[in-house]
Amino acid sequence: MEELFAKTEIHKPENIVYKRTDLLVDRPLSYCPGCGHGTAHRMLMEVIEEMDIQDKTIGVSPVGCSVLAYDFLDIDMIGAAHGRAPALATAIKRMWPNHFVFTYQGDGDLAAIGTAETIHACNRGENITIIFINNGIYGMTGGQMAPTTLPGMRSSTSPYGRDVPTMGHPLKITELIAHLPGVYYVTRQAVHTPNHVRKTKKAMRKAFELQKENKGLCFIEIVSNCNSGWKMTPVQSNKWMEDNMFPFYQLGDIKIDGKLVEKKVTVE
Amino acid sequence: MGELRLMKGNEAVAEAAIRAGCDGYFGYPITPQSEVMEYLMAEKPFERTGMVVLQAESEVAAINMLYGGAGTGKMVMTSSSSPGVSLMQEGISYMAGAELPAVIVNIVRGGPGLGTIQPSQADYFQAVKGGGHGDYKMLVLAPASVQEMCDHVKLGFEKAYQYRTPVMILSDGAIGQMMEKVVLFDHVPRRTDEEIVAQCPWASNGRPKTRNHNIITSLDLDPAGQERVNLKLQAKYKLMEKNEVLYEEIQCEDADYLLVAFGLSARICQKAVDLARAKGIKVGLFRPITLFPFPAIEVSNVGNRVKGILVVEMNAGQMIEDVKLSVGCKVKIEHFGRFGGIIPSPDEVVSALEQKIIGG
Repeated sequence: MEELFAKTEIHKPENIVYKRTDLLVDRPLSYCPGCGHGTAHRMLMEVIEEMDIQDKTIGVSPVGCSVLAYDFLDIDMIGAAHGRAPALATAIKRMWPNHFVFTYQGDGDLAAIGTAETIHACNRGENITIIFINNGIYGMTGGQMAPTTLPGMRSSTSPYGRDVPTMGHPLKITELIAHLPGVYYVTRQAVHTPNHVRKTKKAMRKAFELQKENKGLCFIEIVSNCNSGWKMTPVQSNKWMEDNMFPFYQLGDIKIDGKLVEKKVTVE
Repeated sequence: MGELRLMKGNEAVAEAAIRAGCDGYFGYPITPQSEVMEYLMAEKPFERTGMVVLQAESEVAAINMLYGGAGTGKMVMTSSSSPGVSLMQEGISYMAGAELPAVIVNIVRGGPGLGTIQPSQADYFQAVKGGGHGDYKMLVLAPASVQEMCDHVKLGFEKAYQYRTPVMILSDGAIGQMMEKVVLFDHVPRRTDEEIVAQCPWASNGRPKTRNHNIITSLDLDPAGQERVNLKLQAKYKLMEKNEVLYEEIQCEDADYLLVAFGLSARICQKAVDLARAKGIKVGLFRPITLFPFPAIEVSNVGNRVKGILVVEMNAGQMIEDVKLSVGCKVKIEHFGRFGGIIPSPDEVVSALEQKIIGG
């Protein structure tokens, strides 16, 4: 079929209103359609591109769904062992103090196996940025119960729902680390609507700007969906997330300028 | 000649790291090696050379800090003792897989489990045969004196970068704690960031627009790709076996019997050789300095000239397996070991030689 327009005709600079950042590698993402990881990746790379710091940024990827993040982010990356990203980032930042260092971790990585590394990097006040994707499930390994799985929520290892007396409570690690003096900025965001995406990007920008000023650790939780693991369509999963995840993991800033934000009573 | 000092083995390791131009030390306290970090903190290398010293929250964190630092091309070191080194095995496996240079010092104590804080050589298998998961090796150096504790740090860094591999210094609680005179080598300046970028084009330390991004990882989900990684590692180990073997022969020329021992056991055996020779028994000592690569051909050459071999180790019989594989079955090979933190005396070694080899 004859093409109506040549690519060059469409891609005229004056016609481009939005494009993928050059810092995202042009290849298919390994994430399920409907997953929030791709959007979070894009926001992160847009911020780094806009700040023009890709030559001074070192990212640490986790084990989990985003284990291959380094294949998509066109910056220097190191793939950590499960849970250890904050330890890597600590050493990287200590030895390259003028570089920007971030970790990108899921809930199992950051809040279960890597709890000690998370808490101690936060407590030391490492000048790094932690991006924490919380979807309440182990996606990569096939949908097992995570430290952040909600009470009653089903997973492959809690097939009848998370039974708190035997399986424990979901861990609000973000609130936990917000209390540590080494942590300067803590916020909880989402990436499922344009409005939330804008807020997330703003938070990321703020975190990297603060890193430049050596203010201490900045921590951004992104509550996200896992439509595959939750056994829902992407639309259903986003609705479920709003109805169930957001009341428990309330969006908004938790700590600003080293001070905890006064909050209303959390809905349990 | 360098500066002459009286130092503990652990202190010599720490001072050598500063002088070798090390960029970062990450560790966690454990007896009998805590002096390494204590010395470094007191010495303030962050003021002397700009070296970073950080007390981690665990050995797990320490080895992963090492992984992070090494992944950016920086020269990094950690030290620990047996239970702590067990905790580090996962990280060491990742570093071997990702081909990262670093020096890891194990001041071995008796095990298994919490064991004891007294010296031992029971981590030979762990150090030499891989330790963590997957097919990998480390270059393993076995110092037998405080002087070698110092020198092996510098040598270890050289080899770590030459082969892009973690290097282990396998020492023990006695050599770590004992004081001897040591000639310290002169300071090697730390490399500048620009020099690191130039020397380590593989490292992840910030992608300039002029090159593709660097990825440090041990993951390759494609079996064919992961096999290629393994073949590359195995080729590297073969090259080490060809070029990096270190050993020492003491009074082997006219020997009828041979002691084979590394590290502290070799020091004890040196005395045992003198005692045996005073009794008219012609004994020599073969000391592997690299445990991987093992001096297989060299020990075989000497071993096949003698009537019997006693392998002396502070364990239940580990290196003896490599000696047997190297020497073959024509010569009688027996093991003498004390373990759990007991250090054998030279007299015990001579008695064991008489009973197990000469009279046996």
